[in-house]
Amino acid sequence: MMKTCLIVDDSSIVRRLASKLLEEIGFECTQAEDGQQALDACKVKMPDVMLLDWNMPVMNGIDCLKTLRAFPGGEDIKIIFCSTHSEMAQIQEALEAGADEYIMKPFDRDILKTKFRQVGVL
Amino acid sequence: MNLHPQDFLLFVDVLRRESGLVLDPGQEYLLKSRLMPVADRHGVDNLEGIAREIRMGSPDMLRDVVEAMSTHETSFFRDLLPFRQLQDKVLPALMRTRDDKALRIWSAGCASGQEAYSLAMLLHDMGIAHQGWKYDILATDISHQVLEKAKAARYTAFEAQRGVPAPTLLRHFTRMDEQWAVKPHIRDAVKFRQLNLLDGAGHLGRFDLILCRNVLIYFDAATRLSVLSDLRSCLNRDGVLLLGAAETPPAEAAGLKLLDGVMGGYVRGGGE
Repeated sequence: MMKTCLIVDDSSIVRRLASKLLEEIGFECTQAEDGQQALDACKVKMPDVMLLDWNMPVMNGIDCLKTLRAFPGGEDIKIIFCSTHSEMAQIQEALEAGADEYIMKPFDRDILKTKFRQVGVL
Repeated sequence: MNLHPQDFLLFVDVLRRESGLVLDPGQEYLLKSRLMPVADRHGVDNLEGIAREIRMGSPDMLRDVVEAMSTHETSFFRDLLPFRQLQDKVLPALMRTRDDKALRIWSAGCASGQEAYSLAMLLHDMGIAHQGWKYDILATDISHQVLEKAKAARYTAFEAQRGVPAPTLLRHFTRMDEQWAVKPHIRDAVKFRQLNLLDGAGHLGRFDLILCRNVLIYFDAATRLSVLSDLRSCLNRDGVLLLGAAETPPAEAAGLKLLDGVMGGYVRGGGE
């Protein structure tokens, strides 16, 4: 069965690009535009992995991550942060909030593959 | 403009002789794409100009051509599996048989240093120094240019995250301007040295572990066997040679045998 990835980013360009690259490496992708939409989607069906942006309207990635980790089954989902923030303190903050991996934008297929492999979903 | 057949043959001969690189008919495009920047640097118009300078015996031009044609593709913890094998199988096995608590490791064809630094990070995170172990990592490459980058130990975000897990990045790198610099405790564990594998490696001494991944694939059969035999002679009695998992080297002819359970792993065969 195909693994599922929820791509959470307020940029439709990033969502489309990530979706295309991830589908090429065998993922079934769904999309959300902000943290709240992502949580709503997770209540319906928990994906195997989430690619999560930081700065988004309505609910940002850090708040989404912390809330999701408290959901039943929310500890099992692999979460890869994907942000333009690239300071050490920010990466640290995301990991401490419960992210499994961190991607600094911009990214390409190799980086996505590597990170997805590192968290064990590929 | 098409490359004159005599010039193409000159590049074929020079590259085979100087670096073992095999260039096949039809690969003129590769010469053009990699050597035009060299032509620009030397102020000549085209590949004919480069060929002319080589015929006139310019050592600088020869070196730059060989360096430009060498493949430097690499990344941190490339392919992941080899590093897991090292951590779970190869290194623990080597450590069981070494009373002197010392390991010598060689990254052959190290390009811009990612493999050697990955090894240093792995060994650091295994905590073997706290158990009294010492380790030397030697990293060699034919190209002076990539060795300078390796020694500088600074990588773009793109290069760094192409292999380094985020927690490892925070432990062993620091942000420096727009780049990621390898911290001194990792950087200082690796010594870099220029070496053409065709020139032999006996003078380097013997190693417990040699990594030479995806290097031999660029050589012709005779060169591959010769280099592989050299690598074998650089292995300690129970040392391990790690090649690329997809490589099919003439291991038996070089006096090597497959290491059970380790993809791409070889040990010395019978005899000395």
